[in-house]
Amino acid sequence: MSEKNIFELSVQGRTGVRYPDIDVPLTEYPQHLKRENLALPELSELDVVRHFSHLAKLNYSIDSGFYPLGSCTMKYNPKMNEQAARQPGFASTHPLQPIETTQGNLVLMYLLQEALKEISGFHSVSLQPAAGAQGEFVGVRIIRRYLQSIGEGHRDKILIPDSAHGTNPASASMNGLKAVQVPSDERGNIDLVALQNMIDNNVAGLMVTNPNTLGLFEENICEVTKIIHAAGGLVYGDGANMNALMGIAKPADLGIDVMHFNLHKTFSTPHGGGGPGSGPVGVIEKLAPFLPSPIVAIIEPGNDEYAPLYGFIEPEQSIGRVKAFHGQFGVLVRAFAYIDLLGSDGLRLAAEHAVLNANYLLAKLKDYYHVPYPRLCKHEFVVEGAWEEAPDIHALDISKRLMDYNFHPPTNYFPLIVHEALMIEPTETESKDTLDEFIEAMISIANEAHTRPELLHAAPATAPLRRLDELKAAKELTVCCTPIFNQDD
Amino acid sequence: MKFPSELKYTETDEWVLVEGNIAIIGLTDFAQDQLSDLVYFESLVEVGDVIEVETQLGTVESVKSAGDVLAPVSGEVIEINTDLEDEPEIVNADPYVDGWMFKIKMANSSELDDLMSADEYMEQCEE
Repeated sequence: MSEKNIFELSVQGRTGVRYPDIDVPLTEYPQHLKRENLALPELSELDVVRHFSHLAKLNYSIDSGFYPLGSCTMKYNPKMNEQAARQPGFASTHPLQPIETTQGNLVLMYLLQEALKEISGFHSVSLQPAAGAQGEFVGVRIIRRYLQSIGEGHRDKILIPDSAHGTNPASASMNGLKAVQVPSDERGNIDLVALQNMIDNNVAGLMVTNPNTLGLFEENICEVTKIIHAAGGLVYGDGANMNALMGIAKPADLGIDVMHFNLHKTFSTPHGGGGPGSGPVGVIEKLAPFLPSPIVAIIEPGNDEYAPLYGFIEPEQSIGRVKAFHGQFGVLVRAFAYIDLLGSDGLRLAAEHAVLNANYLLAKLKDYYHVPYPRLCKHEFVVEGAWEEAPDIHALDISKRLMDYNFHPPTNYFPLIVHEALMIEPTETESKDTLDEFIEAMISIANEAHTRPELLHAAPATAPLRRLDELKAAKELTVCCTPIFNQDD
Repeated sequence: MKFPSELKYTETDEWVLVEGNIAIIGLTDFAQDQLSDLVYFESLVEVGDVIEVETQLGTVESVKSAGDVLAPVSGEVIEINTDLEDEPEIVNADPYVDGWMFKIKMANSSELDDLMSADEYMEQCEE
């Protein structure tokens, strides 16, 4: 291994800081609380700075290159949003401050709720959920509470298409519902005949992602939501792919009853770096009383003299709090800045460009990679990373080889219904030049797969540790750095 | 890829070896190849459990996905291959012998008639 971790760089006796002599009386700790051999690395300040500067250089991010990670919407995060979120008025407030001193924050949350309502067509929005999966959990919980409130609490079955994100069945299951898989038809839509056959008195609802994870618009979405409503169920929308719809179609108009937004991807702040997510939930009118609390509202109307007072309210039959305080506030600021700067026309344009970019890539790659559902895609698409003539090449090899071309790999092996899936999402923020470079790399890799497969199997040749052992990473879950400098062990 | 002719197969990629009134069950070579390197095996039933056809017997996870092991026949679970809990990779190396997963004392051997032959299963895999 050529990359040393900070413990392996440690040299006994080396220090970064020299403390002054103690000029106060010593306080003795009891002997049994003392440890003589604390496992801390010993390095100079320069050693530490160089180590972490080096690691930072190895990092790959959207700021350093193209990141077509399907389903994750790795769009550029405008620096203006960062500036907004770091303003002391936002960054230094405490959630327990009296509301009279945090009116600016509350107005922002209120306006964001209003903007999300406008974008989605929903009656009410709660900004509480901390991420997409929690938004899903909240949405299904609301469906369940609503059904209980009208005496339909026995409904325990939730229908989920086979192309859905894996979090959908998990969210249903955590709410005590049974997830039942609905197959896709040959166009990649929900199979309407199969759906009809699954309908009975126990259906609580359906969870649908539109566009679905194949990057395809559910062509029969209105028919699907009608079938579920006629059966007495509700429709949950997974807002993960809202980037293709914002400003164009409102989920509520398509028959969706409750949906989460992924603020941390659709509205900038992409989450690939592991930063916090934010998954607000929007609902139609009859579900509004069940939203998680608190919600921001005008609690005292203004007049000629005074501005209105914004504060928190609790919906009457709220499922309760799902997060401490008021959601991921920093992400809310970024999302509001994004929406406010783009405006409704700008949001629509962003969605249109995301779809255009994906279709451009699809059109250029379809002669080189098998496309299982060859029709107009939305913001992303799925190809097969395998060829009959190159039996030893897998999607993983293509992904790893892309790193040698200095691109982040696409999502692979998802959705599960596509063999050797490569899921590509360029987003609207990339120029045609970048897309062309990516196309060139993908075509070049397709050729290598047939003529020089060893290049793909050895990839990534340029990464410092080459190909990582995924099997070992999945099996050996205990990672512990042995303090090798420790002479006592 | 191997499709031993003495075995019966399900649409969901389990194989069945019949020994008297005992059904030995595992995942096929095709299934382990699709899943790639297995990292996890968990039995969801216990010895003595009485199960129906399509009861979920266990779950497997690989570096790229996860899958269920469903009961091809009804009956009583009489043995579970617990070696797979520590070494699920046995299923990749030897899906039909050392990689067996469950032994079931069959309640109704006529259920075997609903399963596929090696040729029929091979056809399904090619699709």
